[in-house]
Amino acid sequence: MALADAALHLATERLTALFHRTAAVKEVSLMFPRHTVTAIIGPSGCGKSTFLRCLNRMHELSDGGWVTGKVLLEGVDIYGGRVNPVEVRRRVGMVFQRPTPFPTMSIYDNVVAGLRVNGRLPQTTLDEAVERALRQSALWDEVKDRLRVSALDLSGGQQQRLCIARAVAPGPDVLLLDEPTASLDPLGTLRIEELCHELKRRYTIVIVTHNLQQAARVSDYTAFFYLGELIEVGRTKDIFTKPRVERTEAYITGRFG
Amino acid sequence: MTPPDITVPPASGGASVPQAEARLASLLTTNRGDRVYRVLLTGLALALPLLLVTILLELYTSARPSLARFGWAFLWTSVWDPVAEIYGAAPMIFGTLVSSLLALLIAVPLALGVAIFLTEFAPRPLRRPVAFVIELLAAVPSVVYGFWGLFVLIPFLRQVVVPPLKAVLGWTPFIEGVFYGNSMLAGGIILAIMIVPYIAAVSREVLLAVPSAQREAAVGLGATRWEAVWTAVLPYGRAGVFGAIMLGLGRALGETMAVTMVIGNRHDISLSVLQPGYTMAAALANEFSEATTDLYLSALFEVGLILFVLTVVVNALARLLVWRVARGAAIGSRAL
Amino acid sequence: MIAPRLRRRVGSAIMTTLVVALCLLAVLPLLFILGDLTVKGASSIDWNFFTKSPVPAGQTGGGVANAIVGTGIIVGLACLFGLPIGIGAGVFLAEYGSGRLGWLVRFVADVLNGTPSIVMGIFVWGWFVKPLGHFSALAGGLALAALMIPMVARTTEEMVRLVPHSLREAALALGYPRWRTSLRVVVRTALAGIVTGGLVAVARIAGETAPLLFTALGNLNFSTNILQPMQTLSLQIYVYATGPFDEWHRLAWAAALVLMALVLGLAVLARWATRQRDGTG
Repeated sequence: MALADAALHLATERLTALFHRTAAVKEVSLMFPRHTVTAIIGPSGCGKSTFLRCLNRMHELSDGGWVTGKVLLEGVDIYGGRVNPVEVRRRVGMVFQRPTPFPTMSIYDNVVAGLRVNGRLPQTTLDEAVERALRQSALWDEVKDRLRVSALDLSGGQQQRLCIARAVAPGPDVLLLDEPTASLDPLGTLRIEELCHELKRRYTIVIVTHNLQQAARVSDYTAFFYLGELIEVGRTKDIFTKPRVERTEAYITGRFG
Repeated sequence: MTPPDITVPPASGGASVPQAEARLASLLTTNRGDRVYRVLLTGLALALPLLLVTILLELYTSARPSLARFGWAFLWTSVWDPVAEIYGAAPMIFGTLVSSLLALLIAVPLALGVAIFLTEFAPRPLRRPVAFVIELLAAVPSVVYGFWGLFVLIPFLRQVVVPPLKAVLGWTPFIEGVFYGNSMLAGGIILAIMIVPYIAAVSREVLLAVPSAQREAAVGLGATRWEAVWTAVLPYGRAGVFGAIMLGLGRALGETMAVTMVIGNRHDISLSVLQPGYTMAAALANEFSEATTDLYLSALFEVGLILFVLTVVVNALARLLVWRVARGAAIGSRAL
Repeated sequence: MIAPRLRRRVGSAIMTTLVVALCLLAVLPLLFILGDLTVKGASSIDWNFFTKSPVPAGQTGGGVANAIVGTGIIVGLACLFGLPIGIGAGVFLAEYGSGRLGWLVRFVADVLNGTPSIVMGIFVWGWFVKPLGHFSALAGGLALAALMIPMVARTTEEMVRLVPHSLREAALALGYPRWRTSLRVVVRTALAGIVTGGLVAVARIAGETAPLLFTALGNLNFSTNILQPMQTLSLQIYVYATGPFDEWHRLAWAAALVLMALVLGLAVLARWATRQRDGTG
């Protein structure tokens, strides 16, 4: 059954991602409805991160990286001839595996980093944006009194939430999370998972994770990748309780990967 | 709330055209900034090859009268007579090579000792201070070395070193004649002190670049600390250490102030290191302002050209050797 | 008959001792130089030394005020020309330098780094002083800048390369165009290291004499005119040390001490800045 277009935020159509001549992602067609969380799971090397990086045109920055197929953001192909990749990345935000706050900037400056790209904005606009973003990433209460402090003073988990705040501050449509809790302790991981439920009210989220329990806890839909191909996609509940493809079941029950 | 089931993605192109255009428009802008930035940086970077070419051209055109007049004989003529206007650079070339070789003879064991000490034997708390002292040695200005050489080293040589040296080795042609102070020996020693830090610093970086697996393998086979260095580390880093030595040579060839203050500045070829000598760099420092005629000046420019080409070749070879071990890292750039 | 094992042990011990001895021997000259400078130079340093210019030959007294100011001006000129070009070239090498042009620029920088400074001096004489007709501090600054540029380029490149790739990616993912990523994030992160490299280069050129002999020439009077000859500490030391008067020799020791203090101070400052950065004691 098809969904109304308005509900579709992001979709790929036969997306193939290559490094020089080798395809890391093969002809993947996937949809990401508005305000949902989709988890992408699969064993190491199955192309999940590569796929994710195609969604904000980061893949082409890798050596020899190129793409065929389409990625449609609100119906427009972001790989279309006249589209500027820089603009795409402002609409589709990304958070990486390891927290990467800008080391020479304060917490405040880190959060507004994405906003300042567009030129000078009035101080009040920036202040509001900072508070809004930090509240959305559940960091406001912890840092509101020390916004001018260096970002490196924060703990690992706090830094990652800072990176999330930095990614949401410019008001993107979509948030891509590439194994965001991989380098965090259990408490930090839990915090970020809780965040996902909040964040999906504003954004459409695609999260790559190798942690199956996390995928089960956090996502509405789950897509299983294997060797660059999309093997199965569906509601998370269905994928985890009654997967249709045998390979999916094998991965989920831990028989490989 | 259960999310709707999704199985088959709908076909694309469902959005109406004006809406698609509007969304497309928000994704379009040009990135002129990138191009400007790259052009600006490239321009600044091009200053370097431009500088090199300009130097070569300037030296060559200024040296041309002398090149035309004396040809290749310039390299082996010993006469340097500004009155008769006959110029030959043989004593200077000889002196440059001899003083540098002498400096290497003294400096290489010392520098390697420092490098090996720092990388293999030094206890941890000692490493930084010693490395720092070596760095400071490189920071001492040439003129201060020359000054110290003139007023401290030369009297020291005259009183303490040369008498026993003459007693033991006076029969050789290398230790002959009266020692007045300013001499090839003083020049060689001062040069040696000056290039030790360069050779040491680059050798150290080269030795550090040797994978520790080499060391560990030797130790695992039962070698002592020293044996591990001698059999596993040094051979691996051999090309790089050789390159470091050549870098030191390159530095020694071009050293000016310290040399001109202690070497005696005499156009003479002598086998004895106790005699005064001359180097190309010292000659330039000494005589450039005295050059009264165009040919004199041109001859000096030719000396400069020879010196430049010589050091470029030596440094190029040295860098290639060091790159072989360290793959293009900026080794030695911080070693002043 | 000494057991082979023992022989090896003894041999190793001897070599180790030799290595330590050589290292000590290498370090000794610096201690002597610093010691001699302090002992012979410190007594001549007084207020006059810093505030007066040289007096006519043969007389006593006078100072090196003209040389200190001159060193500052000429080094300042060199930085004005040398730092922007050097840093720009260094950033180019780190960001865009993986192709053939980058290889060429890098190679040329390394080659220029080994050029004798006297050659740089006669080059600037022929190219700038002779056409202009007179010696000048500006010419001296140009000669020193020519020495500075390849030095700063390589240290800048090294520092920028150290910035982790993940920072670059984070900025790009935020929608930073490439130029802004490079400037606002990468170079900014590497800035402390770049400054250190600059300080090290300044320390080196502050002590140079050879390139100034035929460009700035030297000046026994106090002058701040950059289009006229100017004195530096290094030139002053050279003139005094090689001159016939004992008075000059006395002043030379003091001037050498001051120059050493300046150069060492800069080197220590550069070291301290790096230590602050990586935070490891």
